[in-house]
Amino acid sequence: MIVAERKPIQEILSMISGLRKILILGCKGCVTVCSAGSEREVMILATIIRMGRKKKDEPIELVERTLVRQCDPEFIDQLSDSIGQFDAVLSMACGVGVNFLADRYPKTIALPAVNTKFYGVAEEQGVWSERCAGCGDCILNLTGGLCPVARCSKGLFNGPCGGSVNGKCEINPDINCVWQLIYDRLKGLNQLDKLDEILPVKDWGVSSHGGPRKIVREDLKI
Amino acid sequence: MGQQMTQPETRVIKGVNKIMEFQPKIEAMICTYCTYTAADMAGSQRLQYPPTVRIVKYPCTGRVSILHILKAFEAGADAVFVGGCEIGSCHFVEGNLRATERVAYAKKLLAETGLGGDRLEMFYIGASDPHKFVEAVTQMTERVKRMGPNPLK
Ligand code: SF4
Ligand code: SF4
Repeated sequence: MIVAERKPIQEILSMISGLRKILILGCKGCVTVCSAGSEREVMILATIIRMGRKKKDEPIELVERTLVRQCDPEFIDQLSDSIGQFDAVLSMACGVGVNFLADRYPKTIALPAVNTKFYGVAEEQGVWSERCAGCGDCILNLTGGLCPVARCSKGLFNGPCGGSVNGKCEINPDINCVWQLIYDRLKGLNQLDKLDEILPVKDWGVSSHGGPRKIVREDLKI
Repeated sequence: MGQQMTQPETRVIKGVNKIMEFQPKIEAMICTYCTYTAADMAGSQRLQYPPTVRIVKYPCTGRVSILHILKAFEAGADAVFVGGCEIGSCHFVEGNLRATERVAYAKKLLAETGLGGDRLEMFYIGASDPHKFVEAVTQMTERVKRMGPNPLK
């Protein structure tokens, strides 16, 4: 899933300063799973904003709503009837949702309430960590299913570097060295010979370095 | 003008001042098994504590949500405290530990909003400890009197 985290309250308050009527828009997709922009987080943020504004003697009118997803037209278009009445929409979806709002409603101010962080997993309740960087050309078949793009601090393709100490990364001792993990895993799978192969230079053109990406499936179009 | 007040008049003024003095409204979110039992016992033992507290009884403090806390402040509570069983004796094993984490998170939110995280506190009060309940109410009352009323009122 896409993992996000709510922005600091003061940053949000200054973003909406002077605005009088706002739609706080949650998303039932990824940000509900990672507890950043669910229906509940919308209620909490709305309460906090109302209190913050009342304290400054600048009351604000807030409408709370949560869409199934903010990244699909059938859901984002549900706002078309009502969106005109708001000074702005404060989206609690990932950056994709905010972008899509901006794309679909040229006259509406679209603001982000969360920082979109990474594609990751829930390691346990309340803990999320990064696993994939969306590089556009997956090589996990060569690395025992563990991603050096997202999980090696230096993004090395033929690691580890000299900074790998007791399985930890020199950047931060809390981070596992993914190349140590790759080695251990390939060893366990009896596939250590895979490491004899030097991975070629990667084509970053299919990653974001090649500009915004797009996928078209003619068979699915209507 | 410049007239001296009679003694009864002075007494009336003093009385009015006393009534007008800031009496905090504190919401106590407490669990039925431990802290509520302690509060009940404080009553039956005729222990004295400030008349500042409004009790909301929960089946377990594990049910206290951040939203309940925030809504209490939005509605004008001067302070909120959550009272659960002592660590290790929660009837639902870890409800009070969950409440502790949520209180810590809500404190941060209150601080960020400028209301002050100190308006919220977590207490662990065993069923047989009415004095601890009295102490919690007294402590929160004094603290809030120092901080002043909820700025949202
Ligand atoms: S808008 Fe973002 S958070 Fe919501 S479902 Fe789509 S990708 Fe996930
Ligand atoms: S190689 Fe690329 S696509 Fe595969 S997991 Fe890593 S970042 Fe994601």
